[in-house]
Amino acid sequence: MSKAPMNINFMAARKPLGILSLALVVISVALLLTRGLNLGLDFTGGTTVVVKSPVDVELSQARDDLTEAGFGDAVVQHYGSPKEVNIRVAPKDDADADKVGQNVFNVLKEHNADLELLKVEFVGPQVGDELRDESGTAMLLALGLMMLYVWFRFSNKFGVATVLALFHDVIIVLGLFALIQWPFDLTVLAAVLALIGYSLNDSIVVADRIREDFRSTRQTDPVAIINGAVNQTFTRTINTSVTTLLVLVALYFFGGEVMRSFSEALLVGVAVGTYSSIYVVSNILFMMKVSKEDFMVPEPEEVDEMP
Amino acid sequence: MTRYPRWKFFLLLAALVVCGLYALPNLYPDAPAIQVSHSEAGGEVSDVARQRVLGALDDAGLSHGDGEIVGSSLLVRMGDTEAQLRAKDIAAATLGDNYVVALNLAATTPQWLRDIGASPMNLGLDLRGGVHFLLQVDMDSVVKSRMEAWEGTAKLTLRDAGVRYRAVSVDGTTLTATFGDQVAADAARAPLRQALDKLAMQPAGDSPKIVMTLNETALKEMQDYAVDQNRTALNKRVNELGVAEAVVQRQGADRIVVQLPGIQDAATARRILGRTATLEFRLVDNSVSSARLRSGMAPPGLEFFPFKGQEGRIVALNKSSIATGDQVIDAKMGFDQQNGQPEVNVTLDSDGARRMQRVTGKNVGNPMGVLFIETKTDVKKVIDEDGNSVDQMTSSTDKYVINVATIQSTLGSRFRITGLDNPAEASELALLLRAGSLAAPVSIVEERTVGPSLGAENIEAGLKSMALGLSLVLVFMIVWYKVFGLIANVALLGNLVIIVGVMSLIPGATMTLPGIAGIVLTVGMAVDANVLIFERIREDLRRGLSPRQAIEEGYARAFTTILDANITTLIVAVILFAAGTGSVQGFAVTLFIGILTSMFTAIIGTRAMAEMIYGRGARAPSKLSI
Repeated sequence: MSKAPMNINFMAARKPLGILSLALVVISVALLLTRGLNLGLDFTGGTTVVVKSPVDVELSQARDDLTEAGFGDAVVQHYGSPKEVNIRVAPKDDADADKVGQNVFNVLKEHNADLELLKVEFVGPQVGDELRDESGTAMLLALGLMMLYVWFRFSNKFGVATVLALFHDVIIVLGLFALIQWPFDLTVLAAVLALIGYSLNDSIVVADRIREDFRSTRQTDPVAIINGAVNQTFTRTINTSVTTLLVLVALYFFGGEVMRSFSEALLVGVAVGTYSSIYVVSNILFMMKVSKEDFMVPEPEEVDEMP
Repeated sequence: MTRYPRWKFFLLLAALVVCGLYALPNLYPDAPAIQVSHSEAGGEVSDVARQRVLGALDDAGLSHGDGEIVGSSLLVRMGDTEAQLRAKDIAAATLGDNYVVALNLAATTPQWLRDIGASPMNLGLDLRGGVHFLLQVDMDSVVKSRMEAWEGTAKLTLRDAGVRYRAVSVDGTTLTATFGDQVAADAARAPLRQALDKLAMQPAGDSPKIVMTLNETALKEMQDYAVDQNRTALNKRVNELGVAEAVVQRQGADRIVVQLPGIQDAATARRILGRTATLEFRLVDNSVSSARLRSGMAPPGLEFFPFKGQEGRIVALNKSSIATGDQVIDAKMGFDQQNGQPEVNVTLDSDGARRMQRVTGKNVGNPMGVLFIETKTDVKKVIDEDGNSVDQMTSSTDKYVINVATIQSTLGSRFRITGLDNPAEASELALLLRAGSLAAPVSIVEERTVGPSLGAENIEAGLKSMALGLSLVLVFMIVWYKVFGLIANVALLGNLVIIVGVMSLIPGATMTLPGIAGIVLTVGMAVDANVLIFERIREDLRRGLSPRQAIEEGYARAFTTILDANITTLIVAVILFAAGTGSVQGFAVTLFIGILTSMFTAIIGTRAMAEMIYGRGARAPSKLSI
């Protein structure tokens, strides 16, 4: 297949999109600060019970039973199907905190003898706090190491551009989680870390080509050079995103409840990451007034080898 | 153009064959089985026992396997999980106390595969069902009890050395002895220093007292000892529960992870694990008046305890014990030959036996009591001085006398505890004693239980999403890249085989649901390398390069970019592994392995195939299907 080389004027839309990116990041940060993330059990501590019944479960009945048994604060929801119910109980201070799961199950079983216990998760408040701290550290460590790697691989301007694109992606995904209040647990953290790898990868491929073109072409107009590089890598950018999105869609629909928020995070993240590798990287390069001079190979110093 | 080196073909082929072989056992699903092992460590299952189990299963009309000996235990395969549950009860009833019967899964891997060491992947608890506990060791109470013991030692030492002291007290990790004058304090220094070598003595001051504090290394030593002893004790208990492939591991400074795969009754497991019970054998003092007993004011050197099961009866025991539960080597339930009452036969270690012999020898005719001490630990949120909510461990201890008997003769290493209510109580006491006393109270700080049906559902969900995701990617690649897409697809499938093979080969690697997600994600991202290469080839073709040159150039120029892209994800996988727990680590492992193997198949593998198709003919191809 020898199609004519693609030539879309991507850079025409860069200014409005730059403003959009900036706005999204600001809104996301604001959301994170005001609403915050809906932290899952892993980070808050508490108990989650998932039960399965052969018949549809009436949530109101279950709620009443639990309230009567002293679990008035329990959050009762269907879990994937009307036959499965997820009950979440906030961390308790009393002695039998670790037995809440069993107690909840026993209460519900009184009205429904065929109830099956699918899953109990109990996380003590102390462990929850630790997991939260460790996860925060892991995310910062990942971002830090990425910056180190990029700094090692690129010149200053490219490093700054790819790293900012990375922060852009992560912040927007976290912002969306804050907006919709999707539960944020350890699996989602794994997704966010995977996104950090993916997003940087995407930006590096584009940045690499921009750098290569700056060095090899005779053209001097940065806009034309960057536009050319984005065009050359565009099919690759889209195709890789499409294959990744395809498997994520499969995970979203068939991976079960556990994988749902994982795939949600990555679906959004990959989409944003694809966009940012095209527009955010280039926008920042323009802002920093990248020019051909940035890529001139410095003349090797003459060394007098004579003794 | 240079010919593609032949050794690369062979390397590829070898990798594929080896990984394929080791991936094969995963195609044979595990069969439900019961595992019978001797209750004493190292004991073998006799042939008689084997025949009895198989006979009992035949009588019950359950179809079963031949019963093979694996290691030192007997494994009998059952048709389904229902039969397995029934078989366990039948076998346990048939064999009695000397054997432990557990539910297990028997691998159905053919013998020739087992001969080369191939076995299926380890499945995480989220895929096979089971219970995961994280236990916290209460170090404060360890320190407290040790300091109290040292307080006693200090007093004893001073008495033996003939030094008169005013008081010996303990506060946190500090022990303070006060004396009437400096002369006494100076005389006490040397013996105290010698007797309490774990404590550091502070320099003498103006006042006549000696201050000793627990130093950091000794504290660390104590912590290690406490956690390790707990781990050992928990391990024994888990074995007593009869759980196959259980994991008991130390995690961090003061935590222990217990994983019980396949356990359906989490409540029982928790009861056995979470309880700290120990015994102390002490002399009874019958000289205390009943009025004094009721007042609750124990005279010095004595302590009052209620008698279990007898309302209002109080027993006065000596403060110091003759022997304690951690000196118990073995404890077995039995029945008194005269009155048929349940009893526990205890065997002590040499230290315990020596002391028991010395004390009982001097006290024949006097009563001895058995004190049962059960500790439960809770974590409570309390508000500290600064108004912050902090976790505080509080231990509540139940102490009661379960038995008082007159010492008939000098007791040695073996003796009986009688006065138990029923056989069940006797057998549980024996189990707790046998399993060793925990050195420190533990509390459950995390629990994750996955029912077996959810585990099966999770496997199905994982496989379904993998199948769908894979098919979508395969179709996309063929539509977009034609023959080269096909090449990439073959490489992708090869990659999957290699991932599964490598996961099965690494003994510690565990597959979890996020792990499957990691593989699914790898499938989507692995083709990235091929997309990069193929796009380069297309570009080179457009620039007018010949097909063979375009292939050569495309692979060469895409390589650094691919490397770059994958290194970032590798870094992330490593961080995730270090920071994550359990199932998330599974994701990190598959992501890491997947990235490495996909670079191998997507670069070397597709190149080899492209060479086979386009590089071998005498005439160079005029165009590529890309």
